[in-house]
Amino acid sequence: MYSADFDYHRARSLADAQRLLAAHPGAKLLAGGHSLIPLMKLRLAAPSAVIDIGRIPELRGISRSGDSIRIGALTTHAELAASADLQKSAAALAEAAGLVGDPAVRSRGTIGGNVAHADPASDLPTVLVALDARITAVGPKGERTISADDFFTGIMTTALADDEVVTAIAVPASVRGQGSAYVKFAHPASRYAVIGAAALVSIANNRCSGARVALGGLLPHASRVRSVEKALTGKPLDAAAIEAAAALAQADLGSNVAGDIYASAEYRTAMAPVYVKRAVAAAAARAGLA
Amino acid sequence: MKLSVSIQVNGRTYDREIEPRLLLVHFLRDSIALTGTKIGCDTSQCGACTVLLDDVAVKACTCLAAQADGCSVTTIEGLAPDGRLNALQEAFWTKHGLQCGFCTPGMIFAAQALLRVNGNPSPEQIRHALEGNLCRCTGYQNIVRSVQAAAAAGVR
Repeated sequence: MYSADFDYHRARSLADAQRLLAAHPGAKLLAGGHSLIPLMKLRLAAPSAVIDIGRIPELRGISRSGDSIRIGALTTHAELAASADLQKSAAALAEAAGLVGDPAVRSRGTIGGNVAHADPASDLPTVLVALDARITAVGPKGERTISADDFFTGIMTTALADDEVVTAIAVPASVRGQGSAYVKFAHPASRYAVIGAAALVSIANNRCSGARVALGGLLPHASRVRSVEKALTGKPLDAAAIEAAAALAQADLGSNVAGDIYASAEYRTAMAPVYVKRAVAAAAARAGLA
Repeated sequence: MKLSVSIQVNGRTYDREIEPRLLLVHFLRDSIALTGTKIGCDTSQCGACTVLLDDVAVKACTCLAAQADGCSVTTIEGLAPDGRLNALQEAFWTKHGLQCGFCTPGMIFAAQALLRVNGNPSPEQIRHALEGNLCRCTGYQNIVRSVQAAAAAGVR
């Protein structure tokens, strides 16, 4: 399949990318291409120009900065999954990255492209919302940081402006007594999330002292299930308490759930508490080990 | 817009003028006539178009030729330049890891990518690594056996 015709420009630096974006209104940024190229082949996107940012060295890599982990926008899913720092201190993110697509997809797809694309069935946005990640973007007015809660606003829609470039994603490193996990019901062919559930829990004195739980795959964008979070807080995280709290996910979902030929909205809504329960239980187990 | 690219394929450099929208798989098959790389689903799900790009297994249907400019690509033709199968191909041959053969070039590169990082994979690890490659003939059993045989023969 061929996409519509477009002009191609390769950016050599972040400044170069910004200059090219300003010079070519309507251009799309290309990193690994695993979200944009399929859209263009299906002609769901037909930008007049594509700016390839895939070789900008300053956008790569995972590093510690204080109590958070900074992930360059061009970091691939394979690199996220293999990062010892993420496995230890943001386990849900490494776990989710290892479940994206298949090995060849994980070697090309990037975290920056993933969040900018904001596919509702994607894995990383759900985890980033649960982990309270912050997304850094650079535009003509300078740099700004957007919380994952505010970044994802709709189906393939984000708070990002047309002239902004995602440069990094920062996730707080988990501390002693905290654990996170991601579990998903993957579509058997595409491996996209039919349901994805991410949880971050903190345990103090054998009780949950805080929880962030997010669902993706079945909503227009990854969103927290606040009733579940509230119900978990203050409870000892035993199986009964987790199950009772997870059941509240259905109320948070309301009528926003989208169904398709593979899984109806009713089925997804019914299954959501099961995945929430598994994610919270796995996160709690890790919190206990930390 | 026309774009000049220089892509090394199986050790030989090809300089071509291309349209930016040309996919790497079309560059390989149409621009330089290496048709060993197959187009299956064309949606990055089936893995028939898998090649090595700078030694990393990628799906050539979801990569612009422009993204491979200045890079090195290995296709199935590059594994047996003199017509003699390499050890991984030989393992697929002896263990009947193929029937129609359409998925095989992609399977070979997905298996190669696995064996580079894990020289002694379990059947489960092999299945996980080949998750992005679909075969409609073999039922996968003999493909897994082929990769095990290649590992036992020391393919890395």
